[in-house]
Formats: sequence, C-alpha cells, structure tokens
Amino acid sequence: MRMSAPRIALTGLFTLMALNSAWADDVQVAVAANFTAPIQAIAKDFEKDTGHKLVAAFGATGQFYAQIKNGAPFEVFLAADDTTPAKLESEGATVKGSRFTYAIGTLALWSAKPGYVDAKGEVLKKNEFQHLSIANPKAAPYGLAATQVLDKLKLTEATKAKIVEGQNITQAFQFVSTGNAELGFVALSQIYQDGKVTNGSAWIVPAELHDPIRQDAVILEKGKDNPAAKALVEYLKGPKAAAVIKSYGYEL
Amino acid sequence: MPLDASDFGAIWLTLKLASLTTLILLLVGTPIAWWLARTRSWLRGPVGAVVALPLVLPPTVIGFYLLLALGPHGFIGKTTEALGLGTVVFSFTGLVIGSVVYSMPFVVQPLQNAFTAIGERPLEVAATLRASPWDTFFTVVLPLARPGFITASILGFAHTVGEFGVVLMIGGNIPDKTRVVSVQIYDHVEAMEYAQAHWLAGAMLVFSFLVLLALYGSRRGKSAWSSA
Repeated sequence: MRMSAPRIALTGLFTLMALNSAWADDVQVAVAANFTAPIQAIAKDFEKDTGHKLVAAFGATGQFYAQIKNGAPFEVFLAADDTTPAKLESEGATVKGSRFTYAIGTLALWSAKPGYVDAKGEVLKKNEFQHLSIANPKAAPYGLAATQVLDKLKLTEATKAKIVEGQNITQAFQFVSTGNAELGFVALSQIYQDGKVTNGSAWIVPAELHDPIRQDAVILEKGKDNPAAKALVEYLKGPKAAAVIKSYGYEL
Repeated sequence: MPLDASDFGAIWLTLKLASLTTLILLLVGTPIAWWLARTRSWLRGPVGAVVALPLVLPPTVIGFYLLLALGPHGFIGKTTEALGLGTVVFSFTGLVIGSVVYSMPFVVQPLQNAFTAIGERPLEVAATLRASPWDTFFTVVLPLARPGFITASILGFAHTVGEFGVVLMIGGNIPDKTRVVSVQIYDHVEAMEYAQAHWLAGAMLVFSFLVLLALYGSRRGKSAWSSA
C-alpha cells in the first residue's frame, strides 16, 4: 500500500502525539499567588527532569476553593494555608493521603523605598504613612496573618483607616510597588531571592507574631489518574525543589 | 435576609458613585458630544476614538494606567500632590475619576447621536428668529435631545453600577469608601459566603434587568442606543 505524502505526515504527527502523551503529561496546577516565583523556577527543573509539563494558574486560595468545588480542571492545588486543602479533603474532593506541607510562609513588611522600613518594624508604630497594604484577610492567608500581627502589636485601631486591601497577595504587593501605598504586608517570597531582600526595604516579621502560614499541597480528584500530578507532588518533596523553596525565604 | 451592614454600605456607596459619575458625565459629556456632532475639524475622528476607547479596552488596562497615573510617581498624582491634595488612589474621589473615564462613551455617544439627529434646520430657524447660541441650546436643542439625555443618564448610571475591574485595581477594598457592590460580591464568593453573594448578585440582576426594561420598553420600535 502506497501512502501519499500528506498522509504520511499526518500519520507521523498522530504517532508523535500519541507517544508524547505516553511519555509526558500536562499537569494543571492551582498555585497560591505568593508561590508564583518559586513555582516558575521549580517548573523549569521539573520539566527538564521528568518531561512532564506544569501548567500553573495563580490566585487567592479562597477563590481557588470556589473554582475547584465548581468543576475547575485543576489536578494539583498548592494552597497558601492548610485549612482549605483539609476542607477539600474532608469533602472528598482530593486524593486521600496526598496532602502535605510544601512550605511554611514568611510574612514581610515591605516598602519600595529604600530605608523606609527599619529592621524592627518600628515604622508601623510611628504611623506616619497614609496607606498600609494587605491582602484580603478573608480570602488570603497572608492577609489574615497581617491582621494577626497588627492585633499582637495592638495597632489594629490605629491603622484601621489606613488599610487598603488587595484581592490577593500579588495585588497587595502591586499597591506597594507602584508607590500608591508606602508600605504593606507581603509574602517574603515576593521580595526575596538567594537569601536577601531584592529591592526597597523590609522587616521580616517574626513568626511568633502570627499563626504559622502552613502551605499545604494536595492532589485533587481530577488528577487522580494523572502520573504527572503524582510526579509533581513527589518532586516538591525532593531536595532540588526544597532548595528552591528555601531560597525564596520559606521555611520547610 | 442575611445581608449585613457592610452589604448595605456597599449598596449605598455604589448608588452614590453612580449618581455622582452620571451627573459629572452629563456636564462634561454634553459639550464633548455637541462638539463631536457639529465639528468639521480633523480632530473629530481622534477625539471620538478616545472617547470610545473604554468600550473596547479591558478594565484591567484602564485600571492599571489609572493606578500608575494617579499614583505618587504618575503625572496626575504628582500634580495632585503638588497642589497639596495628596493622591486619590484608594479614595472615593479616585473611583469617581475612574468611573467618569470608564463610563464616558455610554453618555457621550447617545448624546452625540441625539444632537446629530436634530440636524441644521431647527438651529437655522432659531438663528433667523434672533435666538442667541445659548438660547438656542437651552430652548431648542435640549428639548429635542431629551430622549438622548434619558438614554445617556440610564446607561451611564447602569454601567457605573456594573463596574468591577477598574474599582478592583484602584480601590483598595475600603469599606464605605471604595468597596462597591460588585467587589463585595467577589469578596463574598472568595470567602465562601455564598448566601450573601446570592442576595447581592440577585439584587444586581433584578436591578439591571429593570433598568434595561425601562430603557427598551419605554420607546418601542426605536433602538435604545441611537435615540432621538
């Protein structure tokens, strides 16, 4: 049997596609906004080392919960807290036993202006700023932690009229980086690389001022048969990912 | 009804924002629409296009540029700071400015169509009767363009009520200052407070339907948009 050239090309293409899906799979991941930079670094290594492709969506944890409950096609969820993955697990929306803590978040008080935030965060008590940016405490765990810090420092009343909220930690960061808010509580991972703050000035908030930001990951119901989902979770537990995660200022 | 004080605060704020925006747009938009309807200048095309931009631009683009322009490093922000007014991002004033930009075409275009539809003749007649241009505008043009003004007001108001992206980007979600209904609904959904989200979202749906019904139902047989 003779095959025409286009036919051969087409057959070849389909064979390639079939092979490709056998060797490598895409994994759809919902990633908490604070983990944007580290997951992008990890994704490169992950793709190189395993051949699987990581497709990430970034947002607030509460928003992802609503989307997952309503059929979003995510297979792995990297949350910014431990309660949301636990809730999904109790509701049967995850693969049992897949939940684990992939990072413990660090909160930072940050200003885009060098020298504006001192190493002890006294700038908060001086209260000479117009706007203090935080992430929405109802939806974003870093926002909740920020309100706990203000409570602990007894500054909730004093700063109440000055607080502006971003819908997630990325927007809280954006308000500060554009100079619209003089300072704000952000995730250390947004301003930190290789062991130091990359720009502006920051106070790394001591962990005892807020509940630990335990960030849990979980394989979702939709990812239960996807080897790439499993591979990603294993990869996140490995030493190579751990090194990247730590370099962005997370604890493990 | 599970709505609380913050929900009613958001509703009140939204109505205040939409009313003020509509009022400003009628004042600013009328001369612009008049000029666009009458001029033969080559600037007509470019100005018309700028006015229409918010129709096609995503709110994120408008919000992003406003955030930069109104902020302390932006050209408007620098001016307001130099005038001792501070910056207007995260304030009700900032939202009004954003809304005026965002809803501009919804007011200017119906007015422009109404003015164009009047044509030259009534103006010429008025002139031969020695009416001054101002006189002509208030006694001839305004009454004739009345349907256009009604359409413009309703669309400007309704479109501002439905605003979300711009507010999200320059508002900062401050209760009673910048947290409007659309943002409040988004908050409720994110916080998994679906009951409250349902009440507010349902109210918005009914409100929007009634507004459009008033617009389309009142003038049967005519396109609501082209008016006059």
